[in-house]
Amino acid sequence: MLRFILTRVSLIIPTFLGITLLAFFLIRLVPGDPIETLAGERGIDPARLEELRKVYGFDQPILVQYGIYLSRVLQGDLGKSMITQEPVLSEFAALFPATIELATCAIIFALLLGLPAGIIAAIKRNSIFDHGVMGISLAGYSMPIFWWGLILILLFSVQFDLTPVSGRLDVLYYIEPITGFLLIDTLLSDEPEAFWSAVEHLILPTIVLGTVPLAVIARMTRSAMLEVLGEDYIRTAKAKGLSRFRIVALHALRNALIPVVTVIGLQIGVLFTGAILTETIFSWPGVGKWLIDAIFRRDYPVLQGGALLLGVVVMSVNLLVDLAYGLINPRIRHTR
Amino acid sequence: MALVEIENLSVEFPTQGGIMRAVDGVSLTLEEGEVLGVVGESGSGKSVTMLALMGLIPFPGRVRADKLAFNGRDLLTISDKDRRKLTGKDVAMIFQEPTTSLNPSFTIGFQLTETLRLHEGMDRKAAERRAVELLGQVGIPSPESRLSAYPHQLSGGMNQRVMIAMAIACNPKLLIADEPTTALDVTIQAQILDLLISLQKERNMGLVMITHNMGVVADTAQRVMVMYAGQIMEERSAADLFASPQHPYTAALLAALPERSEGGRLATIPGVVPGLYDRPKGCLFSPRCAYATEHSRSVRPDLRAWAGGHIRCHYPLGDPNRNAEIQHDHPVGTEAAS
Repeated sequence: MLRFILTRVSLIIPTFLGITLLAFFLIRLVPGDPIETLAGERGIDPARLEELRKVYGFDQPILVQYGIYLSRVLQGDLGKSMITQEPVLSEFAALFPATIELATCAIIFALLLGLPAGIIAAIKRNSIFDHGVMGISLAGYSMPIFWWGLILILLFSVQFDLTPVSGRLDVLYYIEPITGFLLIDTLLSDEPEAFWSAVEHLILPTIVLGTVPLAVIARMTRSAMLEVLGEDYIRTAKAKGLSRFRIVALHALRNALIPVVTVIGLQIGVLFTGAILTETIFSWPGVGKWLIDAIFRRDYPVLQGGALLLGVVVMSVNLLVDLAYGLINPRIRHTR
Repeated sequence: MALVEIENLSVEFPTQGGIMRAVDGVSLTLEEGEVLGVVGESGSGKSVTMLALMGLIPFPGRVRADKLAFNGRDLLTISDKDRRKLTGKDVAMIFQEPTTSLNPSFTIGFQLTETLRLHEGMDRKAAERRAVELLGQVGIPSPESRLSAYPHQLSGGMNQRVMIAMAIACNPKLLIADEPTTALDVTIQAQILDLLISLQKERNMGLVMITHNMGVVADTAQRVMVMYAGQIMEERSAADLFASPQHPYTAALLAALPERSEGGRLATIPGVVPGLYDRPKGCLFSPRCAYATEHSRSVRPDLRAWAGGHIRCHYPLGDPNRNAEIQHDHPVGTEAAS
């Protein structure tokens, strides 16, 4: 087990280097100079431009710049945002809970609907329910997130006025950040009705961000379940006289979950990609929107640092999923 | 009252090419404490017959019978709930592949106690004590420590012992063993057979031994049923059947046993079992039968009482008028023609 963890952790190093390389060079391929962007439409005096370029080190050869950046990262210094002059790390820390809150709700939403839908579709194979679920999930998987988000806003927020259009909380409330998770902070505050405001704001972004994982989980659960239901040990369970519910919910599901957990782990990365789009659509003050804004402003340190930090988060979550895998699959637990 | 009464049982599976009849008009009775051997080639319907008795025919298979009863209870009209009270308790079954027949995600202890808690209403402690006892009875060393083991940590032979322990946990009246030794080592095979027979004697339970190994049947069964293409070909006491087989198919099977070969080449049965599309009009075995006639190829024989058992053949081997009848019916088989 220790060996397994060490192997996995050591794999993080090359991935980490790869992310720094990509984040550093890709943004520099995008036309537009950060300092000119900073100056805006007024333009900037060429002498002042040169001076500022020197301050940020943009006058150095690009490989030297990368070397300096890497050595700073290794010392734990991700730099400061060129726009706000705040350290990247503290900005990330302030915004990340909003993204986590959204991503967690989305994955819970996807699991709560996707698992039962997949299981029932497998049990009632070739029924109308099965075809319906598979058709809808294919549509959900293929749908562009931004389009889906806008449709939902138009329908539920604009047309029926059921949910707020954007943001995390009604402007009427001010909640002191304690954990950063509004669902918790509102309950801790002296304005408990703010909790419902937070929930209302979460509904549409959760659905939008959870749609792709929901589709993937439903399809994966169905196919894993179908495979497991044909196994010899299911026949044994029937021969024991167990109830249908117990056979499906215990004997089959436990085994079907093994591939599903793998897929959920892979979906975590997809989830953060989706969060960037979802947060932009709903003006959700999280890491995704922060990164999009950084691209528009050519805020190099934020982009590099943000990509790196998200990369670390995704890698850690995947490691945790791999460890959880051992919990539900005894064959792996004992061989490693 | 017989323990098992089956009359004219058919099991059909609709396939894309048409209806596949896996079991075709099987009738059978089994007394309490009797050991029945069911033999036949792969696909002869021997397992499916017993799965039908267990109520384990998978969808979309269809079970039809004039009578299907266990211990006096009609299984054709029984509710699912009552059926579940019966299966695993009064009728239990063990399967061919012990390793895949146990759930890989649960411990041996969990899978064993589950049956006890369900059917005997034991609490966890009592069920665990009983499980240890059972594992001891089926010859598993240090049973206490095995409760927390997973199937992949045990050998195939050990897993089959666990399956047997699970099957006998609630003292069933009937145990169906579906090729219990096929997937095991030859040395382990003998051990498992000995175990099954000693458990059967100890508990006086009915035992159905499904196998394609004639040797297994000869050692264990009191009565033998030979199946071919979903039908019973011959069904007699084991001693009679091995001493004087009445059906040409049985005789051919016995002749193909290495133990019975008299040097030279091993006897074989030419041809293959008829498939879905080429089921003969007459006797199902007639295309491969050495004694086939034009009559037997066009008229299907009924199962009839013969020589202390039942047989489905126009010309039983022990019939003194056999040769005359074959000659009269225009022989086409290799032996009969000569």
